[in-house]
Amino acid sequence: MSDVKHETVLVYAECQDGRLRRVALEALGAARLLAGEGGSVHAVLAGGGAGASAGEAAAELAARGAEVVHVIDDPALAQFAPEAYAAAIRAAAEAASPSAIVLGHTAAGRELAPRVAAALGGGHIADVTAVSLTDGGGAVFTRPLYAGKAFEQRRFLPGVTQVISVRPNNLPPAELAEDGRRGDIRALAFAPPPLWTAVRDVVRRTSGRIDLAEADIIVSGGRGVRSAEGFPPLEALAQTLGGAVGASRGACDAGYCDYALQIGQTGKTVTPKLYIACGISGAIQHLAGMSQSRVIVAINKDPDAPIFGVADYGIVGDLFEIVPLLNDQFKDLLQANG
Amino acid sequence: MNLVVLLKQTFDTEEKIEIENGAVAEDGAKFIINPYDEYALEEALRLREAHGGTVTVLSCGPERAAEALRTALAMGADEAVLLEEDGLPDDGGAVAAAIATAVVRLRPDLLLAGLFAVDTGAGSVALQAAEALGLPHAAAALKLEIRDASAAAADADGGGSGGLAAVVQRDTEWGLETVEIPLPALVTAQQGLNEPRYPSLPGIMKAKRKPLQRLSAAELGLAEAELAPRTGRIALQAPPARAAGRRLAGTPAEQAAELARLLQSEAKLF
Repeated sequence: MSDVKHETVLVYAECQDGRLRRVALEALGAARLLAGEGGSVHAVLAGGGAGASAGEAAAELAARGAEVVHVIDDPALAQFAPEAYAAAIRAAAEAASPSAIVLGHTAAGRELAPRVAAALGGGHIADVTAVSLTDGGGAVFTRPLYAGKAFEQRRFLPGVTQVISVRPNNLPPAELAEDGRRGDIRALAFAPPPLWTAVRDVVRRTSGRIDLAEADIIVSGGRGVRSAEGFPPLEALAQTLGGAVGASRGACDAGYCDYALQIGQTGKTVTPKLYIACGISGAIQHLAGMSQSRVIVAINKDPDAPIFGVADYGIVGDLFEIVPLLNDQFKDLLQANG
Repeated sequence: MNLVVLLKQTFDTEEKIEIENGAVAEDGAKFIINPYDEYALEEALRLREAHGGTVTVLSCGPERAAEALRTALAMGADEAVLLEEDGLPDDGGAVAAAIATAVVRLRPDLLLAGLFAVDTGAGSVALQAAEALGLPHAAAALKLEIRDASAAAADADGGGSGGLAAVVQRDTEWGLETVEIPLPALVTAQQGLNEPRYPSLPGIMKAKRKPLQRLSAAELGLAEAELAPRTGRIALQAPPARAAGRRLAGTPAEQAAELARLLQSEAKLF
């Protein structure tokens, strides 16, 4: 960063059920890097009647390096109306005059970032998996193309308001600020725009289910699972490991599970610490969605399945035999670890 | 109803991506309609079948994107517009500004697009265009219904502006959400919205005579600032190669035990 400019970076701190999402802390980490030594980081917490938990979220943001936390509490934000949330971010941007705004590339963030960028006449770099600074102080953003079959590095052109959405699970979360500095938590006045979106109904997914994009561990099933009834052993293993269940396109197309679980070039791109592929052959369209996982385990009957080409550990065998055995092993191991 | 579908031509999802001289090699590659845009197009065709009207497909891309538009016409779209990519920078903001200007001329009641394109994966352009057009949006649609806004508003908050509304069931991280937004609006399509049809032989024959208009960025009369890039690519790389790992041996029970041990002691995951 240049010495003369004092950069302010704004973070949209996304919450779910009143609690800060981990990706919000990852966005905060990226914002601190972008702001540099002399810069400052602001955060915006938006919600409608979130109550006591908003205070906790604000305190955590403040402890992790947000100099100012703008809290917007308005009935218009009680449910997710994208135009209202985009306006809330713009209100915080008006208060903070940031050179950059960082959001999570989540279901909500991917709707908000383009709207905020277009409204401010700025640019949007989406689905960022790495941020680095050049010697000259410019920021370089790495993002996957073709769901990970290629990567590009992008930058913003000078003078452009920067809107960056960061992929969950890829960037280090912001650490606690040194010397226990505490930021300033302020209520921000907000005049909501006319609401377009009326939320009629929300059917919650099974409670406790971990979102694929943020899961540290994913147990994934393919055509080899053979039926919807084949998924429970995978679910049991995922539960033992505190992970989520995913699927290949083949399994979704065959109707074994919901498309919401699909991982691949169509579907979700995931980067967990551990990916266990069960009965997945490893079509290029699937590999695109998961090959950047840190550790990959493949369990497949077919010794020539392409999935073994990317797996750190491969087991040639029957998943219906192996997966329950693994579940027992991990139960013992995690119990021993306490 | 005037239905406009934003459509992008992308690499086939089964294609290997090779990088040559800092660009993706296109020689011999197979191109398809972006799968998510195909859901958007199919939904537009079904809405036209139910409510009448016309379906216009708009693509911003190079000359080869005309093939994707012909395919869309063969599936049943009425008209196509190719917004020539030449003269537009490689930046979502500038492309969105150009698309928004082209869309205004088409006066859509409903604008449809895919949730994201499987090549750049950003999902940004259609939403930026909606912002520029001042349109509401509902993203990641799994079901879409058009109804009278007044009827629905009457049993809700009495907003009652008349006109039409889109009722959209959408896929979010917090659950299956049903929202209602007034038309004109943008709806983006998620996988599962429908099963796209294949072009029929008579459809392919008819498509040859359907109008495909070419539009250059210059003809849109956009201000220079709007067409200026906000971002730029510095480099393009292949992903780091992943070496094949190790196969475990022994009985299933031994393999399971060995894997648990390796994940703990070698991969240090537990």
